[in-house]
Amino acid sequence: MATFNLDITKEHCPMTFVKTKIQLAKIAKDDILEVLVTEGEPLENIPKSSTEQGFEILGIENLHDNIYKIRIKK
Amino acid sequence: MNFTDIQIERYSRHIILKDVGVEGQIKLLEGKVLVVGAGGLGSPAALYLAAAGVGTIGIIDNDVVDITNLQRQIIHTTPDINRPKVISAKEKIEKINPDVKVKTYHELLTTDNINDIFSEYDFILDGTDNFPTKFLINDACVLSGKSFSHGGIIKFDGQTMTYTPGNTCYRCVFNSPPPKGLVPSCSQAGVLGSVAGILGTIQATEALKYLTGIGELLTNRFLIFNALSMSFRSVHFNRNENCPVCGINPTITELKLEEMPVCDL
Ligand SMILES: [Zn+2]
Repeated sequence: MATFNLDITKEHCPMTFVKTKIQLAKIAKDDILEVLVTEGEPLENIPKSSTEQGFEILGIENLHDNIYKIRIKK
Repeated sequence: MNFTDIQIERYSRHIILKDVGVEGQIKLLEGKVLVVGAGGLGSPAALYLAAAGVGTIGIIDNDVVDITNLQRQIIHTTPDINRPKVISAKEKIEKINPDVKVKTYHELLTTDNINDIFSEYDFILDGTDNFPTKFLINDACVLSGKSFSHGGIIKFDGQTMTYTPGNTCYRCVFNSPPPKGLVPSCSQAGVLGSVAGILGTIQATEALKYLTGIGELLTNRFLIFNALSMSFRSVHFNRNENCPVCGINPTITELKLEEMPVCDL
């Protein structure tokens, strides 16, 4: 299994989750996608929407200031 | 396939849906739907199929746009009067979505061309206005194992059913076209324009569900609605073993257009 990165800190809802889904579609099952998001809507919705649609959230980490890294397992 | 950034934006509201997603949008872009009739039902259906990104849309219609069409055939506009409906429709579709490849057939659907044309498509959307062609579409689909959406409107009423191989066909329910004189001529009956929009949009939804493989199609049931009471009901119909085309001893084994006065809904 491999790890991939995605930066959606410049995106707005709903493109945040759209871009996340596009990236998740490209990777294999059990691969991990690390998504950089900003505080607020994306930080709340990406984990929630991902879980709803059958992906697993492995962890959420505050990197600096308002930037977070969400680890999603396909 | 990889989406371009523009496609990601255009289809974002589909991609975000769990049941459509990236895979479903790819199926739509690879999908091929034939709209028979660019009229009251075909207009909204073609517009929504185009917006959804159905990759190939075929349109067959031998008519030109008439001013009496514009009250309900919303793909056409006033400057389109006297232009072939297929050309008018193709232009609108291409403006809505350049991803769509449009194939036009400026001709009548007949026993001679129907199988060749249908064979190029995954799903057929019946937006015709006359019984003989509706039965012809049904028979061609049953005999060649093709799926289609039936639709009909009159006054304030609409009905629709989806056929897929092995399920109830249109002839299972209606054995043959009604006799002359029994149906009111459609110019006398009239139709509320938006009723066409409701029904054509339901048919487009069935096509999108069929292409993406989601949900439950309107198979083995008729959806019937009345706009005055705004009531919808669905009526279950089993396959009919005496059906002349899909029953145990079919009498229809080759295509034939039945006689019936045409009407212009
Ligand atoms: Zn039948």
